[in-house]
Amino acid sequence: MANTTQPTAGLSPSPAVGKIQDERLRDVSLVTRIMRRPELGALAGLVLVAIFFASTADPSMFTLAGIMNILSPASQLGILAIAAALLMIGGEFDLSIGSMVAFTGLVFGAFVTLSGWPLLAAIAATFVVAAVLGGINGQIVIRTRLPSFIVTLAFLFILRGLSLVGLKWATGGSTQMRGIAGQADEGFIREIFSGNALEGFFSWLAADDLVAKFPNGTPTVTGVPVSILWFIGFALLATWILLRTRAGNWIFAAGGDSNAARNSGVPVDRVKTALFMLTAASAALVAILTVLDAGSTDARRGFQKEFEAIIAAVIGGCLLTGGYGSAIGAFFGAIIFGMVSIGLTYTRFDSDWFQVFLGAMLLLAVLFNNFIRRKVTGER
Amino acid sequence: MDANVPLIEIRDLVKHFGSVIALSGVSLTVNRGEVMCLLGDNGAGKSTLIKTLAGVHQPTSGEFLVEGRPVSFSSPRDALDAGIATVYQDLAMIPLMSVTRNFFMGREPVKGVWPFRRVDFDHCDEVTREEMHRIGIDVRDPHQAVGTLSGGERQCVAIARAVYFGAKVLILDEPTSALGVAQTSMVLKYIHQVRQKGLGVIFITHNVRHAYAVGDRFTVLNRGKTLGTYAKSEIAIEELQNLMAGGKELQAVSEDLGGMV
Repeated sequence: MANTTQPTAGLSPSPAVGKIQDERLRDVSLVTRIMRRPELGALAGLVLVAIFFASTADPSMFTLAGIMNILSPASQLGILAIAAALLMIGGEFDLSIGSMVAFTGLVFGAFVTLSGWPLLAAIAATFVVAAVLGGINGQIVIRTRLPSFIVTLAFLFILRGLSLVGLKWATGGSTQMRGIAGQADEGFIREIFSGNALEGFFSWLAADDLVAKFPNGTPTVTGVPVSILWFIGFALLATWILLRTRAGNWIFAAGGDSNAARNSGVPVDRVKTALFMLTAASAALVAILTVLDAGSTDARRGFQKEFEAIIAAVIGGCLLTGGYGSAIGAFFGAIIFGMVSIGLTYTRFDSDWFQVFLGAMLLLAVLFNNFIRRKVTGER
Repeated sequence: MDANVPLIEIRDLVKHFGSVIALSGVSLTVNRGEVMCLLGDNGAGKSTLIKTLAGVHQPTSGEFLVEGRPVSFSSPRDALDAGIATVYQDLAMIPLMSVTRNFFMGREPVKGVWPFRRVDFDHCDEVTREEMHRIGIDVRDPHQAVGTLSGGERQCVAIARAVYFGAKVLILDEPTSALGVAQTSMVLKYIHQVRQKGLGVIFITHNVRHAYAVGDRFTVLNRGKTLGTYAKSEIAIEELQNLMAGGKELQAVSEDLGGMV
């Protein structure tokens, strides 16, 4: 490896060519490099949507309080979307995540109210249940080689049904379980999973007139909802894993061509199972966050979130065929979602335009992604 | 290590898939610094044989020695660890991934301590650039997707990857079958270069001319059996063609058409 520039007669380029090559190395145009980023579309979309609302919506939308309003729903969807994006890049779908939110919400509620376990144990047990279910999803897909689309579609119904049946069983006939917040013990663990963070910081900001406050001196935004911090943290972690670690390279490889990956020694089945477990665990996280916030859970939790998560991932640049996409793109995709769904209420438009907007956005994103993929791979 | 011990030696290798007998007693050897061409028509058992050597399938019976030691692989990983690298015709590379990511796929060098362990991409990019430069492929940017490379370049990158990771034996599954003339000669040249490094190469093809251009010895497979192994000095290209096609019939057709098929 030491003397790598030594040309072998007749085969390697002459030193002169080598020099030119080196010059061209630095000459990858900025445009090309930006074009290669899968999240480009989502970022551009976010800018466009922001411009649209900046010009049509009430200015209060872009105050700190308005932004928190947007980010709250975006963060819950976003946690699911980032996991869905990783799974999609790994070449699989999970249509059961919405139902998984309802089911793990029930499991968590039952652990807290019926078993009387401490909160930490209930949370840990909920994650374990979710991971096992995700692992089952993954193993069925891997062993049968059926499309994950159909396997997880089955689980969409199974888990939704189990949530209904389980809730009725646990509550004696109701499809809503209340009083979870009252049963859960207070303390540090609870603060990680519910309420607002950085409250002291915001009071300090308000005291120094750096953020808006009410006449009595309390800031209009008392803190950042913890779900937003989870969302941002998860996006950063997922991006780092995807772009900088072995696991990330294996995810791309497994989704790009599982045979080629396997032949190169990538443990494709393990990667995919882990991704299914991660997706289920992300649904459990959303369930825990929302159940602790609302204090109750019901059978309609997470309804249709699987589609929204996949749409956010696609807007974020993920290809439906796998092997390409980004976690940070899904992050932006989820924010677009939140901005449009909340933003319409700040405008004079009927908020039912949301669905039209959503479909159009999805179509645009798919067309754009397709174009980019051809660009990247040089397909003609 | 004794230089005379073959890198790979198989004797009477048999592979059944249920009631189908894919290989019924195949023997061959591969030595250092030699290109061993494996010829055979469709259905002769070439794919099964190489997949068995590559650890994808396990043989039903027969001996399989690597550098004189009996081995039994349970996965492609085992074969890779034993120094047997396979470059598949169309499954070598992932088009959407960058050249660097493909090059190090499954063997990413890491730095840092867990949980901050990460792939050393600077090193990866540097190695990829050097290796591409060495085989004369003009990769302007190791981050460009493999899909932007030509078919011949992809094969060469796949071979370079195997060589870089210390393969002793390279199994090339029809590396030239989908390529044009210029691309083919690029790959054949590179195979020659690999042989000079002292690696053993198993070159699977059904193009006799490509085989004859770089091969040292030729093993012909037919219906799951070896018809024989010939050194280049022992056999002419026409004989090899006939042997592979399984007899006189094709020769007659070939003469009717006024040339070699």
